[in-house]
Amino acid sequence: MALIRSQVLVCGGTGCSSLNSQGIYDRFEKKIAESGLSNEVKMVRTGCFGLCELGPIVIVYPEGSFYAKVKLEDVDKIVSEHLVKGRIVKELLYHDIPEKVYATSLNDIEFYKKQMRVALRNCGVIDPEKIDEYIALDGYTALAKCLTEYTPKDVIDQMKLSGLRGRGGGGFPTGTKWEFAYKSQDDQKYVVCNGDEGDPGAFMDRSVLEGDPHAVLEAMAIAGYAIGANQGYIYVRAEYPVAVHRLVIAIGQAREYGLLGKNIFDKGFDFDIEIRLGSGAFVCGEETALLSSIEGNRGEPRPRPPFPAVKGLFGKPTIINNVETFANIPQIILKGAEWFASIGTERSKGTKVFALGGKINNTGLVEVPMGTTVREIIYDIGGGIPNGKKFKAAQTGGPSGGCIPASLIDTPVEYDTLIAIGSMMGSGGLIVMDEDNCMVDIAKFFLEFTVDESCGKCTPCRIGTRRMLDILERITEGNGKEGDIEKLEALADDIKSSSLCGLGQTAPNPVLSTLRYFRDEYEAHIFKKTCPAGHCKAFAKYKIISDKCVGCGLCAKGCPVNAISGEPKKPYLIDQDKCIKCGVCMEKCRFSAILKK
Amino acid sequence: MKSIKDLAEIKKNTLTNVNLQKDRKNARIVVGLATCGIAAGAKPVLAAFFEEMKKRKLSEVTVSQTGCIGVCRLEPMVEVYLPNQEKVTYVKVTEDMVPRIVAEHIVNGNPVQEYTIGYFEANNNN
Repeated sequence: MALIRSQVLVCGGTGCSSLNSQGIYDRFEKKIAESGLSNEVKMVRTGCFGLCELGPIVIVYPEGSFYAKVKLEDVDKIVSEHLVKGRIVKELLYHDIPEKVYATSLNDIEFYKKQMRVALRNCGVIDPEKIDEYIALDGYTALAKCLTEYTPKDVIDQMKLSGLRGRGGGGFPTGTKWEFAYKSQDDQKYVVCNGDEGDPGAFMDRSVLEGDPHAVLEAMAIAGYAIGANQGYIYVRAEYPVAVHRLVIAIGQAREYGLLGKNIFDKGFDFDIEIRLGSGAFVCGEETALLSSIEGNRGEPRPRPPFPAVKGLFGKPTIINNVETFANIPQIILKGAEWFASIGTERSKGTKVFALGGKINNTGLVEVPMGTTVREIIYDIGGGIPNGKKFKAAQTGGPSGGCIPASLIDTPVEYDTLIAIGSMMGSGGLIVMDEDNCMVDIAKFFLEFTVDESCGKCTPCRIGTRRMLDILERITEGNGKEGDIEKLEALADDIKSSSLCGLGQTAPNPVLSTLRYFRDEYEAHIFKKTCPAGHCKAFAKYKIISDKCVGCGLCAKGCPVNAISGEPKKPYLIDQDKCIKCGVCMEKCRFSAILKK
Repeated sequence: MKSIKDLAEIKKNTLTNVNLQKDRKNARIVVGLATCGIAAGAKPVLAAFFEEMKKRKLSEVTVSQTGCIGVCRLEPMVEVYLPNQEKVTYVKVTEDMVPRIVAEHIVNGNPVQEYTIGYFEANNNN
């Protein structure tokens, strides 16, 4: 069988025929035969394309080239150029309908354009299992620069000048932390990397460890040089097997190249790194609990001071920085502290990575300069809320943070502005909520998390959060009482002021911040026994709209508690006393005849 | 490794591979193989690229894994860097799509538009 390479479609509709499309068809056939292409090109006479004003119309496939107002003499050119040589005769193409241009590169997508990648610069670019690729993009040059050009004091000065603050949540100035450790005199000091990422919805640390592990190793060695430590530990969750695997490979490669180990760059500086796996206890992200876990003890916090920079791991001066904080450091050394300080705002320098989640179109990981507004992150980068719903609030800082209501959507994202509005930067989880989310339920969700994760060492956190959760459960189940809100507030104050560590001190935040901005929702649950968002099951009422019901009986068949009754072909009825509000009837109904209120 | 010179040497030898600018000399295909990519099925895609390279004896093309590029919802993602061409981002790539990407894009230099991020986004609006 002959291999058909191209197809030439000539319109044979009335409009084009009256413009001599038959003559054009014949001419094509003749010219194609002359070129010896009869076996490779198939001629097709088509019906009307509906664009008669542009006739005669010729379309050549596979390219789909659309030739309009074709004249007899054009045919020769289309055959000799397009069919013989494969070159589309551009000047004969129809131009008024511009061909839709699609962005083929991620770089041209809105999601990407507003981002600025510092901590994530190599993620998605290099092969994380090849140290050479990291080096090719200036990897380990920052370490070399520190060892050959800077004194430890210089490095610390650079960090202070850059204005870098901890990315793990607290936002403590990194340079100051290093200086404390630098000034602590001891025969042994440690550098610890906190990779115990526990906030629900946050996964930037995992991404950095998986995509660019050497950046963290290099930064830890720089930190070691600055404070005078020769041993580092990376504490990472065992639930991140890919990250752990790549870290193991990276450490092996760095040792092989002499970038970890003894006498690095011949400068008499020794530094090595070991991995410690955490078992996923949220409290181990708290620095003193993390150190206790590395030491082989139960992951429980201890009171500070003494701060780890003075008395940390095994009782020695220790700095603990988050993965993302470390990932910024080689760039600060390479490009200079002034460069870094020029990004962001007065008191929050550089960029921040956010994990976008919840009711947002572009879920994923984004890195933006500090000071970018919540609106820009959610709408310009995140692509807005799915299904045309209304933005209600964004939760940052996970179980320790709070929500940013729609009225404050233009708040710039900085450490201090977020704290001022009752939220916090946290590690960078950003969960978006729309009008269907019940804020009391959100608060309950986060509190459930902290109740589960409380280590149990101190009473306010262990019992206090449990009591708060009891009240929230009561409210969402429709049994809220007058005075519940006041009780919640009193408990929250006590827990915040008397808990031992950050977990307890911040656990009431989701409740306090939803009370601050959505008190009316709490009141509606307690006094009006309704859930304004229509989320809480206890208040839901399913009703059959009799006008729409055709009496098919599918809902009654599906109902697990036989709460629906009726006769075929007549509207059915739900017995509200029996209904357990499972929603099966609504799923089963094919006529949208069931309403949830 | 004992000096900055040693680093520079490695850099020189590897840069052609990871050069992201248009003046790069050889083709590079990267497949996102972070947790998100792996969960979405990136491993068979990477294997399919290796297979296709072997079949066509394209030894000068680098096929490599990489970390998360941030658009986790469109994984598995593949990015193709060719000399003198903007990088092209393919999304939701499956094994079946690999031979066509290699044939049309890597070999003939024409990106497969239907598989690219812009096309997907324009035609799969929620």
